[in-house]
Amino acid sequence: MYQAIVFLPLLAAIAAGLFSLREQHSAAAFVTIGGVVTSLLLSCFAFVHIALGSNALTVEVARWIGSGDFQAHWALRFDTLTAVMLIVVTSVSACVHIYSVGYMSHDPSRARFMAYLSLFTFAMLMLVTADNLVQLFFGWEGVGVASYLLIGFWYHKESAHKAAMKAFVVNRVGDFGFALGIIAVFALVGSVQFDDIFDAVPLLVDSQISLFGMSLPALEVISVLLFIGAMGKSAQLGLHTWLPDAMEGPTPVSALIHAATMVTAGVFLVCRMSPVIEYAPVALDIITIVGASTAIFAATVGMTQFDIKRVIAYSTCSQLGYMFFAAGVSAYPAAMFHLTTHAFFKALLFLGAGSVIHALSDEQDLRRMGGIWRSVPVTYTMMWIGSLALAGFPFFAGFYSKDMILEAAYAAHSGPGMLAFWLGCAAALLTAFYSWRLLIMAFHGTPRASDEAMAHLHESPNVMTLPLIPLAIGAIFAGWVGYDMFVGHNYTAFWGDSIFILPQHQAMEAAHHVPTWVKLLPIGLAASGVFLAYICYRLKPELPGKIAGQFASLHRFFFNKWFFDELYDKIFVAPAVKIGKGLWLRGDKGTIDYFGPDGMSAMVHRISRSLVQIQTGYVYHYAFAMMIGVVILVSWYFSGFGGR
Amino acid sequence: MSLGISAVLGVVNMLSSWPLLSVIIFLPLIGVLFLMLIRGDEQVVAANSRQVALWVSSFAFLLSLFLLWGFDPVATGYQFEEKAEWIAGSGITYHLGIDGISMPFILLSTFLTPLAILASWQAITHRVREYMIAFLVLEVMMVGMFASLDMLMFYLFFEGVLIPMFLIIGVWGGAERVYAAFKFFLFTLLGSVLMLVCMLYMYHVVGTTNIVALSGYDFLPAVQFWLFIGFFASFAVKVPMWPVHTWLPDAHVQAPTAGSMILAGVLLKMGGYGFLRFSLPMFPDASEYFAPFIFVLSVIAVIYTSLVALAQSDMKKLIAYSSVAHMGFVTIGIFSLNEQGIAGAMFQMISHGLVSAALFFCVGVVYDRLHTREIGAYGGVVDAMPRYASFFMFMMLASVGLPGTSGFVGEMLVLVGAWQASYWVAIFAATGLVLGACYMLWLYRRVVFGRAEKPEILELAPLNNREYVIFVPLTILVLWFGVYPSSLLDIMQGTVLDLLEISGAGTATQTALR
Repeated sequence: MYQAIVFLPLLAAIAAGLFSLREQHSAAAFVTIGGVVTSLLLSCFAFVHIALGSNALTVEVARWIGSGDFQAHWALRFDTLTAVMLIVVTSVSACVHIYSVGYMSHDPSRARFMAYLSLFTFAMLMLVTADNLVQLFFGWEGVGVASYLLIGFWYHKESAHKAAMKAFVVNRVGDFGFALGIIAVFALVGSVQFDDIFDAVPLLVDSQISLFGMSLPALEVISVLLFIGAMGKSAQLGLHTWLPDAMEGPTPVSALIHAATMVTAGVFLVCRMSPVIEYAPVALDIITIVGASTAIFAATVGMTQFDIKRVIAYSTCSQLGYMFFAAGVSAYPAAMFHLTTHAFFKALLFLGAGSVIHALSDEQDLRRMGGIWRSVPVTYTMMWIGSLALAGFPFFAGFYSKDMILEAAYAAHSGPGMLAFWLGCAAALLTAFYSWRLLIMAFHGTPRASDEAMAHLHESPNVMTLPLIPLAIGAIFAGWVGYDMFVGHNYTAFWGDSIFILPQHQAMEAAHHVPTWVKLLPIGLAASGVFLAYICYRLKPELPGKIAGQFASLHRFFFNKWFFDELYDKIFVAPAVKIGKGLWLRGDKGTIDYFGPDGMSAMVHRISRSLVQIQTGYVYHYAFAMMIGVVILVSWYFSGFGGR
Repeated sequence: MSLGISAVLGVVNMLSSWPLLSVIIFLPLIGVLFLMLIRGDEQVVAANSRQVALWVSSFAFLLSLFLLWGFDPVATGYQFEEKAEWIAGSGITYHLGIDGISMPFILLSTFLTPLAILASWQAITHRVREYMIAFLVLEVMMVGMFASLDMLMFYLFFEGVLIPMFLIIGVWGGAERVYAAFKFFLFTLLGSVLMLVCMLYMYHVVGTTNIVALSGYDFLPAVQFWLFIGFFASFAVKVPMWPVHTWLPDAHVQAPTAGSMILAGVLLKMGGYGFLRFSLPMFPDASEYFAPFIFVLSVIAVIYTSLVALAQSDMKKLIAYSSVAHMGFVTIGIFSLNEQGIAGAMFQMISHGLVSAALFFCVGVVYDRLHTREIGAYGGVVDAMPRYASFFMFMMLASVGLPGTSGFVGEMLVLVGAWQASYWVAIFAATGLVLGACYMLWLYRRVVFGRAEKPEILELAPLNNREYVIFVPLTILVLWFGVYPSSLLDIMQGTVLDLLEISGAGTATQTALR
């Protein structure tokens, strides 16, 4: 049964891929939805058995890579952490699968789309059930490829395949760190299997790695390397640039991959590796600071964007920052709790936005929306629910999880924790602000869409609105239902051995005993954010323009996403090609070939001519040049490589 | 049922008493004989030549499967050994045998040859008979080289490979084929001369050309130093290592598709194989001494050629440069002198053999239709050739080392091995993962994605059955080795451990590990 959870989506993806060859779209939809829904049902059983019943287990599947001590096998590990992720992944995936039938109904290659969605689900499930780091890496790169395929799904669009490639390459930068982290773990522990690693780590606290001429604590190095991987996948500050561009993909993709599941893989990785990271205090501080910076950075950018999907994408980026700084203050359960609630309300927001875009004939610009709330009542309600949950209004899902994170950050009583708390509070204000900015601009005010689009205005079909309902239920109740289980006083009973927190890291317990103002502040800030948005976009619509004019440079800074793309283009992209060209023309052709084969054939010519001219002294030139060459070579050799 | 099994077992028994290796090596020569006998007008000769070459090479592949079947991965030493007096009393013998290192390469050679012949089915239209003869002779040389256990035989086959490949490039190549063939020959020849001198010296000292005996011989460290350099000169050119790699892009660009497939698929592996068969076991001290030097060259190769690949506008050149970068991983793995490094290097070589052959075929498929390799001439190919786009995508991802494809296993193991030898090497080599993704994805994007605007792109014919026959087995193998690499790692493991033991480095690193 446990294997079926993971492999059914794979079989469905293969079948759908074959159906797509013959353009059998309904068959593809049927088989993929069947696969993922079955997987969801089985996941529910697994959750009850494993998480609630505390029966962690590992299912061996097959051998994979084995060379000496380096043994990585295909095996599925089911513990509470996995079980939570199973529920999140399969439920959101099921909703998105069904929604896609409606959303993609006019697309000529929708069967291929369904196949990719199921392939993604399989890779994500492999990621969360991995029992060793290498298999996790398999899922990690697998979701990356699925994301690449889906962002670039409309491959005719230049912007789409450009964004797809950017996503893959930026993720690869993170994976560079991740891969080195895996190797460092193996070199230190002699195994890549989680159980072996976690057993060995407490004994290795004092071990050192000499790196860059310094002797560094091995566990810190490993944790930072793994976190670099997490930063790539979870779009944290510095490696975030791919996520907004990834919105070029169809909206269901944004909901599934770039909001609910794949981008949270980094958070999952940090929680999964908590037994290692707990012993790396510097790495924890780095995680906290990066998370907090991302939370505020993305929020500032999100409030200036006009593309409805990009606003939500930056919001995702920002919320992932919350999860990371929660993990950074050792409140892993809080991070996982927010991951779960966020999956529901963010998928809801994205699918709602997709419904708006669909209703307005593929319009995505907030400046060309407005005045449509009466025509799309279901979508409108859903967006309200999603926004209330996101902003953290009482008794919605985000309220429980986000407050828990802020309380934990406050309760950590550390410098980075305090920084994270205040930045998190500021981001909470901005979150509410941009959420209601979006709501007001999209649904209220005077209609600004083209007449043609307004004429076609319609509520989405049932196949698109019905999947929103389970997500909305999750966005409303997930926090209330999950609070005691995930982060309540007895949270250790639920998480079991799947999350490890050192006894001296008290943020989780202390979070329940923070001053009342800490508990109330986020709500107050959220309410003020809504109020501000109401003033700016409803009462005085001329105000935002004025403010932007007043603080032109700051606005430009935010609007251009802090100029990360321009910077990277200048530092990395343009020089790389230039250097490549230079090496090719000056290195390969100008030097190696010039002195090598081309030079040699030319020399034969010249020598035959010079033979007659020996007396004139030309030969001395050659002899002299050769001597110098030999001297340089020999001295270079003995100074450089000779003295090993 | 049981009758069938016993019949098969009977065949195996019969084959085990045969000189199976000799049969596989020289079978293509029978094909050559047939080819020479074909009479008729040009069309008939061409058609029959293709058939003969295909069937003979396919049969050689089937026979080589018996090597896989009969191979005992647990046994130490060489298997399927054949030994006969050659030059009496000289210590030079006709000596064949395989172990876990050579066997995969023999299968790779016999597997790729029929595919390469199929790939030239329509592309080659003049002097087809001579072309096919060249390919069959090439197969003889490749398999013979991997199976030789006598240094003189090895040398003859090793150099003999050059001749048919030189002709394939020089006669059936592109416009600048003469320059490319000359460059190819010059580089490889210079290296070989030095190697020959060293071989003569070794024979003079030890009195035998038996590779097994030479592997156990203790050369003085000072002697090893010079011998290592001599062999290195030859193998480094073949790999090719930076800075003696510049012949490769030219050779690939000018070679016909099938020539590139074999060149990248098998010939580049001769260098890596040479390091494993000669340098490590015969000159262990020198290997350890030179390892840092080779690391530096390999890391430069990975980064330098990846950047150069970014700047290419010719598809074949781009993939040729990517080959240099990937082979950089191989030399890093070999000279990390530990189990994961060497196994990873072996695996990387086999994987690269399959993937690069497939990638060169990908270029060949569109080249056959549009007669240009300029990336700028394409764009939007997916509209006309969706299945082709899928195969290309898969191989592109395998080339960037996606887990689940064979490309990942080799790179991962090499990095694991390299980290144990030196952090620096692993860190720098790992940048190849990022750069590799850049140039391959960019290539794919420019060729396959986008909207096809030129009419000739929209009119590209979809893949035909012959092309499927080439793509499908390559795809299956790349996937199989990615999902179940143990099937290959198990075969190599015993030999790799023996090798580490002989070279003495193994025990040192193994104990250092624990």
